[in-house]
Amino acid sequence: MAMSLFVFAGSAQFIVLALIAVQAPLQVILLTTFVVNLRHLLYATALVPYVSHFPLSLRAFLAFGLTDESFANMSQRYQPDSPLGNDHRYAHYFYIGSILSFYTTWSSSTAIGLILGNMIPDMTSWGLEFAMSVTFIGMVVPYLNSRAMLSAVFSAAAASLYFAYLPNKLGLIVSALIGVAVGLLVIHFQNMPLKKIKELKDE
Amino acid sequence: MNEFWLILGMFIITFGIRFIMFAFAGKITFPIWLQQSLKFVPPAVLTAIIVPSVVMPLGEIDISFNNVYLIAAVVSVGISLVTKSLLKTIFFGMLVFLILHFFIT
Repeated sequence: MAMSLFVFAGSAQFIVLALIAVQAPLQVILLTTFVVNLRHLLYATALVPYVSHFPLSLRAFLAFGLTDESFANMSQRYQPDSPLGNDHRYAHYFYIGSILSFYTTWSSSTAIGLILGNMIPDMTSWGLEFAMSVTFIGMVVPYLNSRAMLSAVFSAAAASLYFAYLPNKLGLIVSALIGVAVGLLVIHFQNMPLKKIKELKDE
Repeated sequence: MNEFWLILGMFIITFGIRFIMFAFAGKITFPIWLQQSLKFVPPAVLTAIIVPSVVMPLGEIDISFNNVYLIAAVVSVGISLVTKSLLKTIFFGMLVFLILHFFIT
């Protein structure tokens, strides 16, 4: 419950619960938290142009509430063809609203889950954790618009099965890094011919 | 395991990652290779979480029609490609999963 209130990071919380179950050391848990949440750095970088004029305290609040879900909302809101129009002056209220509604849902669902989990012992067999998988599927698929991205995702997928039995779920970190490295390599090779053409032109 | 340090550590790391760019508000920029690699982080991390959870829901690799997690995940990828909507993917993907899970197994 305290984790939901203070950390407020869904996927990291799920992974960390699995790590606690296998009694992983604290360092491994924190390292995994870091890698799993590193994607929020990209979200923040993308949103900086829209929040940089706000006071620091508001920016801190917006950062605390920056989750996959609020980013999905905001990246759509700041698209020129957003259904709510192209006027972004009040869009941060939409951001704050996203955060508050998601935070309320998240903490109250955690509380309900705690109570129901105690009352109904076999609830874990209902397979509700699939909700996380399906949410992430819906988030990953739109990324798959380039060869580099497809290569990154498929290599991360293959690696995650190959390294699934590494202790302390370290396979997650290794697979994510492999995916990123493969994506970078593909970009690198795609850019090679262009560079060579330029070199030839310069001569 | 000291729960206090665990949650404090997770809070600092999670909030730090989210806040650092907002705090400096465009005053720091990353080198191009780092920006490029950041782009691959979300799909790579999310995939590395999803794939084992649906291919080996019980801890063993299970690629068969008995694995409703895998079937529902493949269907969800299809739904996402067709609808291009996160909300519809979650709703219909979860619906497919629950139907399979409760009525078939």
